[in-house]
Amino acid sequence: MRTLIFRTAAPYLTALMLLFSVFVLLRGHNEPGGGFIGGLIAASAFAIQGIAFGVPTVRRALHFHPIAISGFGLLLAALSGLVSLAFGVPFLTGLWASPSVLGVKVDLSTVMVFDIGVYLAVVGSITSIALGLEDREDD
Amino acid sequence: METGGQPLTLLALLLPFLAAALAPVLFRVLKHNAAWLLALAPAAIFVHLAGFVSQVAAGQAVAGGYDWIPSLGIRFSWYLDGLSLTFGLLISGIGALIVLYSGGYLKGHAQQGRFISFILLFMGAMLGLVVSDSFLMLFVFWELTSITSFLLIGFDHRRQAARRAALQALVVTGMGGLSLLAGLLVVSSVTGARDLSTLLLSGDALRESPLYLVALLLVLGGAFTKSAQFPFHFWLPNAMEAPTPVSAYLHSATMVKAGVYLLMRLNPVLGDTVAWETLLPVFGGTTLLVGALLAVRQTDLKLMLAYTTVSSLGLLVMLTGFGSERAIEAAVLYLVAHSLFKGALFMVAGLVDHETGTRDIRRLGGLSRLMPVTFAAGLLAALSMGGMPLFLGFVAKEEIYAAVAVGGAWPATLTSIAIAGNALMFAIAFTVGLKPFLGQGGDMPKKPHEGPALLWIGPLCLALLGLAAGLFPYALHAAISSPMASAVAGTSLEVKASGIPHLGTPLYLSAATIALGIAFYRLQDRLRDFVAGVLAAIGWGPDRGFDQVLRGLMRLSFAVTRVIQNGRLDIYLTVTFLVVAVTLLVPMIFYGELPALPRFPDLALHEWTIIIIAVIGLGAVVYAKDRLTAIVSLGIQGFAVALLFMLFGAPDLSFTQFMVETLSVVILALVMTRLKLTPADHRPRREKTVDLMVSGACGAAFGLLLLKVTQLPFDDGLSAFYEANSRALAHGRNIVNVIIVDFRGLDTLGEIAVVMVAGLAILALIRVKTIDTAEEKT
Repeated sequence: MRTLIFRTAAPYLTALMLLFSVFVLLRGHNEPGGGFIGGLIAASAFAIQGIAFGVPTVRRALHFHPIAISGFGLLLAALSGLVSLAFGVPFLTGLWASPSVLGVKVDLSTVMVFDIGVYLAVVGSITSIALGLEDREDD
Repeated sequence: METGGQPLTLLALLLPFLAAALAPVLFRVLKHNAAWLLALAPAAIFVHLAGFVSQVAAGQAVAGGYDWIPSLGIRFSWYLDGLSLTFGLLISGIGALIVLYSGGYLKGHAQQGRFISFILLFMGAMLGLVVSDSFLMLFVFWELTSITSFLLIGFDHRRQAARRAALQALVVTGMGGLSLLAGLLVVSSVTGARDLSTLLLSGDALRESPLYLVALLLVLGGAFTKSAQFPFHFWLPNAMEAPTPVSAYLHSATMVKAGVYLLMRLNPVLGDTVAWETLLPVFGGTTLLVGALLAVRQTDLKLMLAYTTVSSLGLLVMLTGFGSERAIEAAVLYLVAHSLFKGALFMVAGLVDHETGTRDIRRLGGLSRLMPVTFAAGLLAALSMGGMPLFLGFVAKEEIYAAVAVGGAWPATLTSIAIAGNALMFAIAFTVGLKPFLGQGGDMPKKPHEGPALLWIGPLCLALLGLAAGLFPYALHAAISSPMASAVAGTSLEVKASGIPHLGTPLYLSAATIALGIAFYRLQDRLRDFVAGVLAAIGWGPDRGFDQVLRGLMRLSFAVTRVIQNGRLDIYLTVTFLVVAVTLLVPMIFYGELPALPRFPDLALHEWTIIIIAVIGLGAVVYAKDRLTAIVSLGIQGFAVALLFMLFGAPDLSFTQFMVETLSVVILALVMTRLKLTPADHRPRREKTVDLMVSGACGAAFGLLLLKVTQLPFDDGLSAFYEANSRALAHGRNIVNVIIVDFRGLDTLGEIAVVMVAGLAILALIRVKTIDTAEEKT
């Protein structure tokens, strides 16, 4: 599948898809999107890159093992729920803060951190499966 | 009831666990001398508990506690009356001496810190067990003692025998723990009590309940396994694989007495019935005799002591179930005496082993001059165990005979059992505490000399205490025996037994016991051969039975696994889908809940087009010549469905569906190339027909289910709630996402955990495949 056209297009496609995945993740609270979908998009991006340039390239670029990323996502999601303990509300209660950065009101919340955790868990798992299956050089 | 000293008592209960955490560090820094420091923890607990003695002796129980899980009404609460206080004092007092002893016994051992840590953990568990008021805490600590004792018995985990003994103890006592849990649940549902202090006030409620026998049997299942009653006694001698401090602590004074504690604790509510007064003496008496006979059979000092412990536990159970106040007083006295002399004798046996390198009675001799302090401790403990006048053992034995020799056939039987058992134990006492020290030097691997203070301080203290308590029994009675006996009996009792011999039936029986004991002591070699011969003739024991049961269990699980997990993916999938189809279809047909035939849908042209694309995709899957085409066609069908979602107002769902379809096509194609499947599908016609029927049934089942669901009236309560509150409560306009990350966040957390674990599992599967192929190549 390593055709010239595919290999030329793949980096742009990957970069665009990753950017889009983050966009989808962040807008998810108000528009269609969210961590699950974002994670799936990012995972497809890595899968494409892997098919085009081989698994080692992607693994190097990711730096961490994908399943470690997934584990970190799970941890992040769980920790975001624990923040509520400090405020004496039940586990996973959404907490919001809206600080003003350079005159713009930014809505921050534990829910967003939770969604980022979902995103990472999905990216990590699916990518590790896809890369594991693509990785045929070792056998 | 008095409450008070709450924070300090809580600290006392937690202190062993804190000390356990510190132990490894302290031992790395201070080497074996850390034992002196760590012994302060149990000593402090002892002092704290001793502060309650006068209050408890005055008949006031100390209760206290903290809320643990308030929403379930569970409290971390304790209840200290005469019974628990005595146990607490024994556990912490002997515990302090054992920590010192372990410091000397395992001096220079690389894992000494870990060992003491386990000992302290056990101490914490045991202490918690005896002071617990709530049933749940009692059970948690009960299991904790099983687990810590598993760690201690298997401490020398490189030896197979130690691992087996640890596992055996865990299995037997763990099963008992489950039985106890069931028993406590029954007790709780009958009386409504959730803690011991309430239960003890429930009067005859339990005895009059039709579930009494069930509760009794379940509780006895817990107590008898823990306290090594015949036929569950076998794990205790095997547990001698543990280092000697463990045997001296767990298997003489504390853990094995937990069962006796439980029986004594529940005596006021479970006792005084025919079943209680039959089961306990029968099992206790059998255990007493069997244990004593098996003890005579042994040549190893520790094993002899282990079997006499079994025997003593039998005696305690027998007395507890005898059903008179005098018997309870006797049990209380014997329990205290036994803890003191047996702990001391175990430590003496370990000390002898430590200094000479052997525990075989046939090789030991002439140690009295080489190890005078050890000799003193051993002899004093043996005199108490043998029931010689002036010692606590004598006081206890007098009381036992006074209690059981009351006339009648049944008491007479029990009396003769008690005499026989006590005489055998007398012989063993002096075999361990006297014989190694007499005569000429034996054939010993090491040249013996007196052990360090860390080693002899424990046994000497316990042995001297046995003498002191025998000399001043009234002080003991006032502080310990009377409050404890009152707690066990449930009414106020005053123990009056004295250490001074005075004429009467008990004294004659004591004399007979001693005479018989001396005879056994002289004839022990012949007696040993005789018992060995009998055992060889029987050729089967519960220990071997345990192995047979385990082997049978293993074989059964292998057989079941072979059937269920046969390793053929196609069978797994067929079974899975069949189950799904059957679960959906059977209730629908059986209860006549099949959906009505839907009317012909009124759709626009583009909607029809998409549906037709989906159908064409499906057809292509079935008729595709090679697998890759089939996989892509499946993707086409999926995309068409995703388009439908989008048209009917579910953008999030459609979005996700698109991504999932894309990724499944990619991953399925990868799997196919990875597994090196043949491009085309070569199933025989018969197999294809079966698969077609299964998939048809599955599809039909889901289709019918969905039709049925849409035909039911729609309850929009939930969607109305989410529509109303998504923005207001969760600051989000996308209801789907708000549900995922906020309203049902816990579900999502579970789901991403599943996603991650699935990823991990698939990764492992891919790796296994790689290793297999790598091995095939080499």
